[in-house]
Amino acid sequence: MKRVYPDKEYCIGCHLCEVACITAHSKSKDPIIAFREERGKDGLTACKKVFEKGDICVAISCRHCDEPSCVAACISGGLHKDPETGRTVYDRDKCVGCWSCLMACPYGAIKRHPTENKIVKCDLCEGREGGPACVAACPNGALKFEER
Amino acid sequence: MKYVIIGNGIASIGAIEGIRKVDTENEILIIGAEDAPAYGRPLISYLLAGKIGPDRLALRPQEFYEKSNVSLMLGTKVTGIDPKAKTVTTDKGDTVEFENLLVATGGIPFTPPIPGSDGADVYNFTNLAHAQTLISKAKEIKRAVVIGGGLIGLKAGESLFDRGVDVTILELSPRILSLAFDENAASLAGSRLAEVGLNVRCGVSAKEIQRDAEGNLKGVHLTDGDFLQCDVVVIAIGVVPNYNLAKEAGIEVDRGIKVDDHMRTSAEGIFAAGDVAQAKDLLFGDDRVIPIWTNAYNQGFCAGKNMTGTDVPFTGSLSMNSISFYGLPTISVGTVNPPENDDAYDMAVALDEKKKSYRKLVFHNDRLVGYVLVGDIDMAGMYTAFVKFQMTVPEDAKKQILAGEPDVLMWPDDFFKETWNPGVVEPD
Repeated sequence: MKRVYPDKEYCIGCHLCEVACITAHSKSKDPIIAFREERGKDGLTACKKVFEKGDICVAISCRHCDEPSCVAACISGGLHKDPETGRTVYDRDKCVGCWSCLMACPYGAIKRHPTENKIVKCDLCEGREGGPACVAACPNGALKFEER
Repeated sequence: MKYVIIGNGIASIGAIEGIRKVDTENEILIIGAEDAPAYGRPLISYLLAGKIGPDRLALRPQEFYEKSNVSLMLGTKVTGIDPKAKTVTTDKGDTVEFENLLVATGGIPFTPPIPGSDGADVYNFTNLAHAQTLISKAKEIKRAVVIGGGLIGLKAGESLFDRGVDVTILELSPRILSLAFDENAASLAGSRLAEVGLNVRCGVSAKEIQRDAEGNLKGVHLTDGDFLQCDVVVIAIGVVPNYNLAKEAGIEVDRGIKVDDHMRTSAEGIFAAGDVAQAKDLLFGDDRVIPIWTNAYNQGFCAGKNMTGTDVPFTGSLSMNSISFYGLPTISVGTVNPPENDDAYDMAVALDEKKKSYRKLVFHNDRLVGYVLVGDIDMAGMYTAFVKFQMTVPEDAKKQILAGEPDVLMWPDDFFKETWNPGVVEPD
């Protein structure tokens, strides 16, 4: 399956992937409204995390692991592996906000929703034409969406 | 039958998914004592609290079983295993042949001998039936006493309180959550419960359950001489491995069913996983019963793969708990109460009682082996990485970790690349 691979040799820590991520997951699909309004009002949160250490940066998100720890830890059936697509799928309606996945994922790829008892996790921009928005927005080719 | 699984909990789900990862064809049969599809056992406290309805209990959608070619024999107890003939018999009178068997019978509530505990209105809280009973009971009662201040006891107490019942929790040790958490975290959780209105009493337990001449429950006499009036008692001391079936079949047991590093029991073709199994511990290397949700799934998954004939060693159990008390999240992973007087251990603690925020990091030599977080839990996974992958903490990174900011850039470079950006040849 195709996954998003971050390359710290190329990442410049610009956070545009985060903006693209919240825009893709917003109601308005407009970066300004998503950033200025929906972020505060609806708790719209990026699935990506950017880490920086001096001039080294990297933008990470869910790896859609073959054998994910989050699925093993989920007490509600809210996370499962789709055997057909290979994606680690999050069912928001089933989630009870116990944070077991957040604890179990050693890749730090799961966030708490700021206002609701739900998690925020990469869905590879399911249904979006052209694939994940973060990859499309990266100005330096530091994110690649490919089969490896 | 190629694969037979006794038990229909999370270890069993793990096993199905493990088997299907390798073998998509041969049929799997699940024999489960409870007459319900596999449900999230910890969800019974959400159900009792009224936070979710029964429609949200199932761990996998109904079509999961059809798609995975799994047949279910529910509401059926296995009465015996014959390891030589490779058959199991059920209370319905069936005899089922197996090539590979998984014993995933979980745990049963441990009930200490308390005078008066035999009779009406004394309950456990470990399965769906218990939760349903308590839901209907809660409508007609005023007061409940919960015996046991561990995770199950506190959750039972919290959920009954949410149903409008006055709750007192009794814990024999000097503090609640003595196994999974440390003193500071327990104290923050305890004060959160007290703030909401639950009564938590430590260092005291039930001496006798008082009944009237008709046998009706009247209350509980405590070891300190007090008497608490109540309408129901919930005993939640803990669970013990439900291994009798295996023991009677001559399969080796110790504290739980003994398994090797491939989840194989002493009997050929018979595996065990989950709360019933005594398996390798990641941090200590010895075999332990660690009745933790994630371990049950992982052990089941590993057993499942090995049942297909694939050779997959078990990496080891890692203790981890994530639980919230009225909006106060708490997480504990690995070794959180290291042995005192052992110089190899080192701890770093940051406590802010006002903000109800707490962080404890436990190091063994130059490795992180455990942690506790209360309140601010967002970096949990990044700490779990250091514990789980047993990475050494570089000296320059330690300061940042102690400040609550672990990240992936602290990982050894090779491991980072292999994890995040595999198959790329770096230019020189």
